[in-house]
Amino acid sequence: MLAFILRRLAQAGLVMLTVGLIAFSLFRFVGDPVLFMLGQEATPEDRTRLTLLLGLDQPFYVQYAGFVARALQGEFGISLRQVRPVSSMILERLPATLELALVAAVLALVAGIVMGVYTALRRNSWFSQALLALSLIGVSLPTFLIGILLILVFAVLLGWLPSFGRGETVDLGWWSTGFLTASGLKALILPSITLGLFQMTLIQRLVRTEMLEVLRTDYIKFARARGLSDRAVHFRHALKNTLVPVITITGLQLGAIIAFAIITETVFQWPGMGLLFIQSVQFADIPVMAAYLCLIALFFVVINLAVDLLYYAVDPRLRIDRAAAAH
Amino acid sequence: MAVAPGWWRRAWDHDLAWSFRRSPVTIVAAALTLACVGGAAFAPWIAPHDPFDLARLSLNDAFSPPAWASGGNARYLLGTDDQGRDVLSTILHGARISLGVGLAAVAFSALLGVSLGLLSGYVGGRLDAFIMRVADIQLSFPAILIALLVDGVARVALPRETHDSIAIPVLIFSIGISGWVQYARTVRGSTLVEKNREYVQAARVIGRGRFAIMLHHVLPNVMGPVLVIGTIHVGTAIITEATLSFLGVGLPPTQPSLGTLIRVGNDFLFSGEWWITVFPGLALIVLVLSVNLLGDWLRDALNPKLR
Repeated sequence: MLAFILRRLAQAGLVMLTVGLIAFSLFRFVGDPVLFMLGQEATPEDRTRLTLLLGLDQPFYVQYAGFVARALQGEFGISLRQVRPVSSMILERLPATLELALVAAVLALVAGIVMGVYTALRRNSWFSQALLALSLIGVSLPTFLIGILLILVFAVLLGWLPSFGRGETVDLGWWSTGFLTASGLKALILPSITLGLFQMTLIQRLVRTEMLEVLRTDYIKFARARGLSDRAVHFRHALKNTLVPVITITGLQLGAIIAFAIITETVFQWPGMGLLFIQSVQFADIPVMAAYLCLIALFFVVINLAVDLLYYAVDPRLRIDRAAAAH
Repeated sequence: MAVAPGWWRRAWDHDLAWSFRRSPVTIVAAALTLACVGGAAFAPWIAPHDPFDLARLSLNDAFSPPAWASGGNARYLLGTDDQGRDVLSTILHGARISLGVGLAAVAFSALLGVSLGLLSGYVGGRLDAFIMRVADIQLSFPAILIALLVDGVARVALPRETHDSIAIPVLIFSIGISGWVQYARTVRGSTLVEKNREYVQAARVIGRGRFAIMLHHVLPNVMGPVLVIGTIHVGTAIITEATLSFLGVGLPPTQPSLGTLIRVGNDFLFSGEWWITVFPGLALIVLVLSVNLLGDWLRDALNPKLR
């Protein structure tokens, strides 16, 4: 057990160090940091002083170690475009992305489960068939096209919902939320549908197949034989048993939702981290890129680590397999 | 001429042809794919206008709606964009670039994945452990994120003046590198099985070198699944390219793919010029859907378990 955890932790650390190395190389070798900071007119003395100050005369690995140490404290330098600390820029954008991702995940989970249960229970109704066909289309369309189509229908043609931005937000000091105003909530609708659609269809199909499988088992037949109502059988006996894989998938997809937020945020001009990243790529704002790179890698590494450890805790077969493979 | 009927008969009776004939959806998908590929390949000859000939463009023609709408111009079937370019012609040219980048990226992925999988499976040991570990790690990130990050890093690392001229190779590289894992895993699996077969041992006994065995003996026997993965991958690669171009980190407006066209048109959605973005979007949907359906069919038809 301990060896397994240690190995996974070491792997996670290695991934972070590699991503950090890429980020640091960008920082160090793309363009001249001294030139960036001082501009063309600086005197040679100033340059030497800054070079010494930044530690750029040190060997590569010393500089890299310094970068890692600063990154661990959330210090990624100063944005070249906005001339502000990168960490505060990211912290400012973080709530927008996390709120969007949260709403999208909840939406995907709730709608996915409801649709999955419905299509499993009423297998042959035309509405189920329509839902399944719709989900197939939803999976094969690119995210950004879905967003554009939603904007075209609900913002341009019908004019019901806003098509860009977060609406009014309430500042809670360290967190700005769109949950507390009507315009903020309205602004969340289209982006969260766009972002959650793929995961929704995924969960819908998963719940449907799991439900169909569970409904065939003996304990469901027995529950029916005991004279329980359909509702009790379907929801208390069947649905409960389909939820374990659903929760795992949702957990794993959380990282994907945050990653795909880059696309959704660009379509809806949502002021989150993804939009910040795309802008930083377009303007070659390397410190911001480096910070985003490290942050998104951290999200994924933590989520995968958590899921792996959970699996290990939940599924005893995994432990035996691993032990057997090791010998 | 005596040979031709025999050849045709055999192709017609082949399992694949049989399952193809029995699936109307697949026939439609194949026809649509053929139309898209044909339209894309022959774009310079069949497009009604040359959208990149600056001398022929006239801003007077800009924002002309589709021919059937009020105010439409019969010369421009699907209307024109903000620079007076014919939308139908830009779509044909854009599909050409989208398909080209998609196919090249798939080829690059397959080449990389098959080589690494073959090496990993045949050589084994530490190399195998290392390659598969890297594959595991890459698989824990979504492919489109990898492509986006690689593309972003490459764009920043290369000098700005060269961006437009090298946009296509950079895209092919970043999309290609995001998709090699599946090929490598599949090929490694089959290689592990094949390398213990008698014909490989025989080749080893008669003294053929490692690489000769890998290339001439093992490789031909592990390529079947690669074709299926490749077909399905084409749709994904086209979507990834379109997404990157839409985000503004793919192809520039001077050599637009379908994604770039959608991005450019998106700015005019609110002023009512919907056709500039909707028609390239539809073209992308038709292209990707038909390629995907074709790939799904091929996968099912080649899988003996499903017969």
